[in-house]
Amino acid sequence: MVTTPLLPSDYLDLVSPLRAGADLRGRIEAVHPETGDAATIVIRPGRGWRGHTAGQYVRIGVDVDGVRLWRAYSLTSPTNRQDGRVTITVKAIPDGKVSNHLVRRAKPGTLIQLDQPTGDFVLPQAKPAKVLYLTAGSGITPVMGMLRDTEFDDIVMVHSAPQPQDVIFRNELHDLVADKKLRLTEVHTDTDGMLDIARLDELVPDWAERETWACGPAGLLDAAEEHWTEHGVQERLHTERFRPSIVVAGDGGEVTFSATGKTVHADGATPLLDVGEEAGVLMPSGCRMGICFGCVTPLKAGAVRDLRTGEITEAEPGVLIQTCVSAAAGPCDIER
Amino acid sequence: MTAIDPTAHLTAEQIEELGRELDAIRDEVIAGRGEKDAAYIRKVISAQRKLELVSRGVLLFSIFPPAWLLGTAGLSVAKIMDNMEIGHNVLHGQWDWMRDPKIHSTTWEWDHVSPSEQWKHSHNELHHTYTNVIGKDNDLGYGIMRVDEDQKWHPFHLGQPLWNFINACFFEYGIAAYDLELGKNLHKRRRKNPEFRARAKAVGRKIRKQVLKDYVIHPLLSGPSFLTTLAATFTANLVRNIWSHSVIMCGHFPEGVQVFERRSIKGETRGQWYLRQMMGSANISGSKAMHFMTGNLSHQIEHHLFPDLPSNRYAEVAVKVRALFEKYELEYVTGPLPKQVFSAWRKVFRLSLPNKKPKVKTPDREQELVAA
Repeated sequence: MVTTPLLPSDYLDLVSPLRAGADLRGRIEAVHPETGDAATIVIRPGRGWRGHTAGQYVRIGVDVDGVRLWRAYSLTSPTNRQDGRVTITVKAIPDGKVSNHLVRRAKPGTLIQLDQPTGDFVLPQAKPAKVLYLTAGSGITPVMGMLRDTEFDDIVMVHSAPQPQDVIFRNELHDLVADKKLRLTEVHTDTDGMLDIARLDELVPDWAERETWACGPAGLLDAAEEHWTEHGVQERLHTERFRPSIVVAGDGGEVTFSATGKTVHADGATPLLDVGEEAGVLMPSGCRMGICFGCVTPLKAGAVRDLRTGEITEAEPGVLIQTCVSAAAGPCDIER
Repeated sequence: MTAIDPTAHLTAEQIEELGRELDAIRDEVIAGRGEKDAAYIRKVISAQRKLELVSRGVLLFSIFPPAWLLGTAGLSVAKIMDNMEIGHNVLHGQWDWMRDPKIHSTTWEWDHVSPSEQWKHSHNELHHTYTNVIGKDNDLGYGIMRVDEDQKWHPFHLGQPLWNFINACFFEYGIAAYDLELGKNLHKRRRKNPEFRARAKAVGRKIRKQVLKDYVIHPLLSGPSFLTTLAATFTANLVRNIWSHSVIMCGHFPEGVQVFERRSIKGETRGQWYLRQMMGSANISGSKAMHFMTGNLSHQIEHHLFPDLPSNRYAEVAVKVRALFEKYELEYVTGPLPKQVFSAWRKVFRLSLPNKKPKVKTPDREQELVAA
């Protein structure tokens, strides 16, 4: 009542944005280049940070050219880091607004928005005897979080990258190899070609006995899932995807954002999240690939299509949709 | 009002060309919005909050005259900043592009007795769409005054200089009543309308909170300075009200501003809409500080052309817009604040009496265009 129409927190945010009880934020403390197009961002999370499990990711909201954009990145720091800081490692992808900003322009001292860490691409409670990490490109990031966090007796890693200098964490990996904590096979795809999953028999003869964590482009993961299933050991394979695999598009329609009072036409291939943002609607967002559920919004009327499966969801009371992987399937009304 | 249509020399094609040129100005700003703009509004919001905190802190000792003076001045400025450069512009959606839920037209609430939701409807939707259209835009005299010869005279208007003065002193309540369309809704039949009752309740709640903060809690916290703090917050609200009323009067009431008939906007094109905004608004000239304290409504013409562009860009847009006025031989109504306030008040006095001369018709643009 003292501060109406504002809240006391609006004033406290001016002096202490990372305090307990504030919206969860973090401050960038350092940016360390890893490769030509990847960097590790050291973040001091606010007091409300609950801590993560190795392999999890965090959604972060970064202001790029003044616009708040949310993305999900794997945490690469061990869970027991003494100074309480966490790190994410970001690879700049072509046309990636947030990744390029973080790798090339992020400055220490900048405040960013954070969400609690999440994700089920994690190590189990009971230690497996033998482990295989199958990674490619920036797919190494969640696995690095695991490597730094938990030691196993027998770890094999098969990592693909275009060239040796593109291998993120290369020095650290080679140190682990020198200390006999890791056996590593690097596949340099510019010279060796893409990893053929059948070569695993030769690279890691006992792969089928190993508890495996795989992360990388959809092609690698699809092949791995097929391979493990063929050999009847699919329960040993854990995968993490960074991009949704979009398969189906259909007709679009008029999309109404009833809380904002805007109506726009959307085609059947554009995620409703993008449609809303384009129209200036305040859309919650997260991983933009259908896994974090940071974007769920009530569907008030009409129907939407899941871009990954083609499945149609029709409006009913209480129906929530993931706007980042749903497109209009005819006219629909989104409560935003 | 003028007897001759000041846009009569423009052909339909010219008007559409004008529209395209204005669209280009708008697109350029939108493409260039970025980090600097975001930093600007965050800085203003942060400065406003600090100023308000410090001023209210100083007022805890308002029993000492220097503290009273300093605190009251600071609080007045803080309230003006909240309403003008921040509130009005955030509620226009000027900063929605930042996607910051804390600085967004759908979440913002201001230090004002009219809830932002209702104000957005009456201001953004009605006033900005039907700018200066008689019978459609209630901003033309706020329903209590006659500000154009074409508005019908009623003996009630004899008192309009007084009504306008009272409205200036309690402007925020005037706006709340206006947003509620009290005049229309107090009829017996409408009073029971559940939608109206819900809105009236929302206003009641907002007034209660505002009054409690300014006139009960803050004075109580001041202990022995209770009465002097009460006087200080009252003064700050009064200063804010008179200031914003004056600025807003200058937007559409000074001499030289055109009004339009209801039928003249039928089937209006984008170019014609732009032209109406150009002819229906007036600017205030002055220093940077002056523009800031008016919430950049001193660039009323630019604001009406592009209500959702960030306010910190109106100054640069004004240069280009003014060039277009010259190119198309249109009058750019502007002047220093005292002159414009005087001009608006003179009109309020003059039109409190019935028209002297036989009534001249407002130019009908539709017919003119057909003739052209």
